[in-house]
Amino acid sequence: MGKTIAEKIFSKKSGQDVHAKDLVLADVDFCMGQDGTSSIIIDSFREMGAKKVFNPKKIALVIDHSSPSPNLGVSAIHKKMRDFANEYGITLYDIGCGVCHQLLPEKGHVVPGDLVIGADSHTCSYGAINVFSTGMGSTDVAVGIISGQNWFRVPETVKFIFKNQLKKGVYSKDMALFIARHAGADGLTYMAAEYTGSAIDKLSVEARFTICNMAIEIGAKAGIMEADAKAIKWVQSRTNKKFTPVKADKDAVYADVREYDAAKIVPQVAKPHAVDNVVDAADVKHIEIQQGLIGTCTNGRLEDLEIAVSILKGKKIKKGLRLIIAPASAEVFIQAMKKGLVQTLMESGAAFVTPGCGPCVGTHNGVPSDGERVISTANRNFKGRMGNPNSEIYLASPATVAASMLTGKITDPRKFIK
Amino acid sequence: MIVQGKARRFKQDNDINTDYIISGRYKFKIQNPEELAQYVMEDLDPDFKNRYQKGDFIVAGKNFGCGSSREQAPQAIKYAKMGAVIAKSFARIFYRNSFNIGLLLIECDTDPIKENDELVLDLEKGVLKDITQNIDIIIKPLPAVMAKLLEDGGIINHFKKHGGFKL
Ligand code: SF4
Repeated sequence: MGKTIAEKIFSKKSGQDVHAKDLVLADVDFCMGQDGTSSIIIDSFREMGAKKVFNPKKIALVIDHSSPSPNLGVSAIHKKMRDFANEYGITLYDIGCGVCHQLLPEKGHVVPGDLVIGADSHTCSYGAINVFSTGMGSTDVAVGIISGQNWFRVPETVKFIFKNQLKKGVYSKDMALFIARHAGADGLTYMAAEYTGSAIDKLSVEARFTICNMAIEIGAKAGIMEADAKAIKWVQSRTNKKFTPVKADKDAVYADVREYDAAKIVPQVAKPHAVDNVVDAADVKHIEIQQGLIGTCTNGRLEDLEIAVSILKGKKIKKGLRLIIAPASAEVFIQAMKKGLVQTLMESGAAFVTPGCGPCVGTHNGVPSDGERVISTANRNFKGRMGNPNSEIYLASPATVAASMLTGKITDPRKFIK
Repeated sequence: MIVQGKARRFKQDNDINTDYIISGRYKFKIQNPEELAQYVMEDLDPDFKNRYQKGDFIVAGKNFGCGSSREQAPQAIKYAKMGAVIAKSFARIFYRNSFNIGLLLIECDTDPIKENDELVLDLEKGVLKDITQNIDIIIKPLPAVMAKLLEDGGIINHFKKHGGFKL
């Protein structure tokens, strides 16, 4: 019987011939914690009486969620992480380095065929470069950093095929929202998604991350793609590590196969307070907004800033509005400066914050006021997500956010794209 | 194991996410789980802390616990001393986290259960009794790994006891 990508990776990492629904104990290639979850990782590690980590080179802690620290409590967590990383020789990415999910692939920590666990639900992002990566809780990750293993239920896989290619003004974020719209918030619980088809092939590697990043928003354990020449080249430009990409067998067994025409997708918007509450951007064009956010592990990459520039260049954001930009990493920020993107965006009125999670999770900056509406490139619009349960969050592509900043209302970006 | 308590439902039934269970605002500020527990479910129902008693059950629809991987979510429920969470289905990370820290989750059809119903959970028999309405609801058996983790009191104790995985 043929195997899916997930079945192949779990067979390799468990040293057994396994299929969907089997329970396995598998070796993990990398473990990650961020500042919202690492405090409990460290506590659990100590509580289990561990004296060492399985391999300090295969662990990273990232200070990104509430960074730089806004208060004493967070400062204590950050110090605890720095001390722990020092004690065990683990890599620590301190304030300003960027979002964990940008850093792990960018710094070459994870490569095709790997099995990765992270104490953050969007760990599924690395599927874009053929990694089976999944979010877990802190204690599960503590177990991983002690033993180098964890137990897994090999997931069944749903295959999504996107034919043709996206039209101008429509981006991989619209595809991710389109998937949430059709699959629903719990559509793939306990399952993995494989994304394939000519529309995926045509996407840049950066754009692919956006889709895998949001696999958790349909409940999936992982979202994964095959590594084509583009992806392999991208990874090789970041690490000298050897790796073996994993392809699904032709006769692999899927829980379901869903085919869509990418050319028919139009700009999408998720309305409050659920990620699968998705409509066409044109259907919410009456909604007034006060704040925009471009950034996060979903859409804070160089390409996303370029998209924003393509719309905002030479124009001013509407009076009374504010646009916050949080580059996903220091590297993204530096590249954006070199290319003049930062200057252009600031000239249109944007405010840049430290590379990292930015206002995404409402812990340190950019908290909206009561009754305000935010349009954001993030992946979640849950009530209270940005720090105020009396505000509303709409999710969209960087282009839709940029276009909306010019008009003050949610705007289909295609009218600004030549 | 037999647990008894009252059903606590919310105006939203499905997709109750971890931001509702414990807001990101608190998870950074507060490290003591007992203190964190005071804010359980606050963004969904600001009055929740005044309307439940120790041992009550949170009762919900499908996909309970979706969203972030924050272990503070099951922790807040556990330290609020809820008897268990009973739902039609759970999100995956939340499900693992709960059993890892020794919080009991039960999957069954929750449609018949009303706010304030008196419930008796009998894990051995696999039945949830709604005494108020005099009905028996069959619960989904716990997967073996989860039963083992629960028996050992969570994964930390499991690890301490066996010196590694013994699932
Ligand atoms: S950017 Fe937002 S979604 Fe991504 S890791 Fe940070 S808080 Fe989570």
